[in-house]
Amino acid sequence: MTIMSTRNVHTIFRRELRSYFNSPVAYVVIIVFLSIIGWFFSSNLFLMNVASMRIVFELVPIVFLFFVPAVTMRLLAEEKKSGTIELLTTKPVRDVEIIVGKFLAAWVLLAAALAPTFLYAVALAFLGPLDVGPVFTGYIGLLLMGAVYIGIGLFASSLTENQIIAFIVSFLIILGLFLLDKVLMYVPDALASTMEFLAVDYHLSNIARGVIDSRNVIYFLSLLGFSLMAATVSLERRKW
Amino acid sequence: MAIAVRNLTKKYGSQTAVDNISFDVRTSEILGFLGPNGAGKTTTMKILTCYMPPNAGTVEVDGLDIADRSLDVRRKIGYLPEMNPLYTDMNVLEYLDYPSRLHGLKEADIPGRIKEMVDVCGLGDVRHKDIGELSKGYRQRVGLAQAMIHDPDVLIMDEPTSGLDPNQIVEIRNLIKRLGRQKTVILSTHILSEVQATCDRVLIINEGKIVADGSPQALQREFTGAESLTLQLKTGATDPVEQIVPKLKIIAYVNAVTLKDHQEGISTFEIQVDKGQDIREAAFRLAVSENWVILEMHRATTSLEEVFHKLTTA
Repeated sequence: MTIMSTRNVHTIFRRELRSYFNSPVAYVVIIVFLSIIGWFFSSNLFLMNVASMRIVFELVPIVFLFFVPAVTMRLLAEEKKSGTIELLTTKPVRDVEIIVGKFLAAWVLLAAALAPTFLYAVALAFLGPLDVGPVFTGYIGLLLMGAVYIGIGLFASSLTENQIIAFIVSFLIILGLFLLDKVLMYVPDALASTMEFLAVDYHLSNIARGVIDSRNVIYFLSLLGFSLMAATVSLERRKW
Repeated sequence: MAIAVRNLTKKYGSQTAVDNISFDVRTSEILGFLGPNGAGKTTTMKILTCYMPPNAGTVEVDGLDIADRSLDVRRKIGYLPEMNPLYTDMNVLEYLDYPSRLHGLKEADIPGRIKEMVDVCGLGDVRHKDIGELSKGYRQRVGLAQAMIHDPDVLIMDEPTSGLDPNQIVEIRNLIKRLGRQKTVILSTHILSEVQATCDRVLIINEGKIVADGSPQALQREFTGAESLTLQLKTGATDPVEQIVPKLKIIAYVNAVTLKDHQEGISTFEIQVDKGQDIREAAFRLAVSENWVILEMHRATTSLEEVFHKLTTA
């Protein structure tokens, strides 16, 4: 028995992606994202005379805090509100296929927003020698981190039919993961190393240094797997 | 494509929505669920379409259990949920493309199948319009097209005509009747004339239980009490009214005759008749032999409305 039909996942992915780009959502979100990143990158470059991608990799995780919940909040909440979820789940489709399809659509949107920032790296390469390794792994790290955030956002969206609540819940969970390694000085030493290991930024900064360590990749993948599973279970709640 | 429902029970918390119901639906039968709001019609449909499982009991569609073979069962069913939810940001053609893929239609067959549905449901003029811009009638047709896109053997529709104007209702009913010739159709409604107009068989559900099961005509007959006949006669000024009543009473099966109105030789009587008996012919022959003129004669039978009312308010 197969766990998932790729055709079903592809069908759902296609519809979700089209729905993003059929409405202003995708364009607004991408423009806002690029404006913020672009502003900081260029002011760094022209005002402070710092030619580095570091500002991009430091800033994107913070912008994702808002960007990802905004992108994921409607994914399931909207279908629950309008009742189309009933239409979708009575088709010969597994719940996990719905979750994965929607996840992939949001991930592609995120990648599409991130892609133009690669031009900054290209521009920097013209200005002087660029260490290609960390830039390359940095993007991989951002995509992995974005995937985890989207998984969390999808889970939050499955909890409610109210998009605002979905936004706030996913924002809070992501903020928690983001802050874990920034409050280490306030917690006992015994806890500190565990908390650091659970923090997203800790793993991202490891990858962004140019080394892809399996420990960091496994961290992201297991968080992603866990959040997608939680979203699937939450979607199946109607059966309880 | 037969459906067998056995001892189905569904509870929401402490509230029992469906209470141990069993019934069968035969192939190419149009079955109507009739019941007041909150009777358990929608819940039963949600279970049949695998949206949620029952607390107890089984359902088999064409011999497949809905719990064990959920995906296969869903392939056989076309479903129009209550309130007809739709993706309002898609146009009609895009929208129909989505379920045809989810139902696993072959890529090459999809355009032809969509075109067929657009024709059958009369969506040609609006096929490029966003669903959000469509009128209620068109939306309902889109919902039906969506439910039938994969040519399912079983069609389950929750209040398919709600919110439509009378012309649209007639149209949708005719469409359902046409479909019912080849498919097994289950529809729910609380409009009684709808059941009479479209269904071969009715299940009246109240408080989660089946309270009646049969064809609309059979139900009407079964729950009919005494029938009554209203008769208006022109008897001429000479014939005293007092003599007419005994003459009418002689007719077989007549229980009681009451004079409702009498003026200038025109009298109106209400005649109580045994259940299931028709005395119109006898009344006519009597009138002829007595030289009375029948101005009006009509039979009042218990309507399905009254049956429904009797069964669902205890």
